[in-house]
Amino acid sequence: MNEKDVFVVADNVLTPLGKTTAENFSKLKQNISAVKLHHNTNISSQSFYASLFHKDESFIKNGKGYTKFEQLLIASIGNALQNSGVDAKDKKTVFLISSTKGNIGLLETEINNAELQKRIALSTSAKLVSAYFGFVNQPIVISNACISGVLGIMTGMRLLRSGQYENAVIAGADVISEFILSGFQSFQALSAQVCKPFDKSRNGLNLGEGAGTIILSTQKKHPQNIKVMGGSVSNDANHISGPSRTGKELGYAITKALQDAALTPGDIDFVSAHGTATIYNDEMEANAIGLSHLQSVPLNSLKGYYGHTLGAAGLIESIISVQSLKEELLISTKGFEETGVTSSVNVINGNLPLKARNFLKTASGFGGCNAAVVFGK
Amino acid sequence: MLIENYITSHCTIGHGTVFKDGKHLFENKEADLSGFLLSVYQHFHLNYPKFYKMDNLSKLGWLTAEILLKDGFEKDNYRPEEIGIVLANANSSLDNDLKYFATTKDIPSPSLFVYTLPNIVIGEICIRNHFKGEHAFFIQDTFDAGFIEKQVDCLLDNQILQTCVCGWVDVLEQEYKAVLFLVEKKNRGNSVLFSAENMDGIFTIFDII
Repeated sequence: MNEKDVFVVADNVLTPLGKTTAENFSKLKQNISAVKLHHNTNISSQSFYASLFHKDESFIKNGKGYTKFEQLLIASIGNALQNSGVDAKDKKTVFLISSTKGNIGLLETEINNAELQKRIALSTSAKLVSAYFGFVNQPIVISNACISGVLGIMTGMRLLRSGQYENAVIAGADVISEFILSGFQSFQALSAQVCKPFDKSRNGLNLGEGAGTIILSTQKKHPQNIKVMGGSVSNDANHISGPSRTGKELGYAITKALQDAALTPGDIDFVSAHGTATIYNDEMEANAIGLSHLQSVPLNSLKGYYGHTLGAAGLIESIISVQSLKEELLISTKGFEETGVTSSVNVINGNLPLKARNFLKTASGFGGCNAAVVFGK
Repeated sequence: MLIENYITSHCTIGHGTVFKDGKHLFENKEADLSGFLLSVYQHFHLNYPKFYKMDNLSKLGWLTAEILLKDGFEKDNYRPEEIGIVLANANSSLDNDLKYFATTKDIPSPSLFVYTLPNIVIGEICIRNHFKGEHAFFIQDTFDAGFIEKQVDCLLDNQILQTCVCGWVDVLEQEYKAVLFLVEKKNRGNSVLFSAENMDGIFTIFDII
């Protein structure tokens, strides 16, 4: 593997908690959650818990011609690019987008025809957002369920390591629509309260909206010293909607990600888990953490603050964890009180001051996909 | 160091026709897409009850992979983690999304909802073949062979994978096309070099018949 270092040079988190990474981290430090009870008959006949933007919230000054999904991306990327020293128009800059469902909500308000189908296509959004910033290279769009965000970071890291590009702008977003909400309801996967990752009484996930952008670079001129050190993806080859019973495959991805980063389990100071608070995900993930010899490492899930932000989750949670490295403070797992997984894991339920060097971020999703990425100083 | 990888097999399904390694294997231009996919399943004597519950995108990708991998691919030469899949298409899972969305007016169907992600077809191929390695699904306007080549070369040349199934699987209503390539590190005699140019040549087979 090419030994080029890939640095995190700028980032943005855009959620109902705040429009910048700093605003978000400040709310998280106070353990404020964006997950609330909603009665919104436009998207659900039943009330539900979710982290949603206010319906009148505007994200960019002149949003005409852009959907909410695209506005979220533009706002997040715009903020991350500001003062990053990275030029979108540089031919050495590549642009990647991660999303699970993009503009699918348009089915609910527009007439289905060939034109609408073209408008919904993720490459249409990618072109619009790319043109807004003047990126010169063809945007890369990743849609791989709930690992999309982590896979975006890994894909960007590899493109930079290969020397093909020097900068990667990686953005992810998803918007909660009737389409998505009804699907998770039909699966009986939603919690009737704020979700409780890894807890004994956990009973499902919350959905959340948001966007995240991370800018990576191999250029030495950037002052930051946090790197994306390695990553790996695996497949359960077991079931399309249920995770592996053993966690072996996520465990494999974690082991390979550590090897890629040239680190051992003892070098990992904390784990930012997927932790959706469904019975099966958390059980599988705890198994995988144990198999990877990380059971005593402090671990959190941010789903109790943001819900599951789908294609943005891997980005948002990685960026918050990078902030934890910078501020030497690991955020509490909101909702966790008593352990409810078979394999012992060290879930933290209070903010933890921590001088950390390296952390692991994991994600898993439908289709049996697992991803692990390592960041460090 | 220049490392060469090889397309050791390829399979194309489109326009009511199945081609493998350039050979015309089956044709049924009368049926609609669902009927055509079932006729392919029956023609090749496949026996996999899960096939019937898949959406058309998964059926198309799964069938193409079945035909690609039958006769010649020696799976036992590899560990499950050494085999990966890199796919792309233009319409994500929109074909099935429209069908799922129609059910939300009445009772939303969980069995349709699970197919509202493009990477489910990767999951189906992995389950069938016990592939556990790296995989990714990309959305592209049209097949970007140069990009796929770089992605797959990166996975093979860095020893992340030893073999990879890659290509295009796209369905929207009655429009569909699947082209899959089996990429390995060893030339099996009749293999062609794994390159964007060779993939593009194979991809456009229907333009010349």
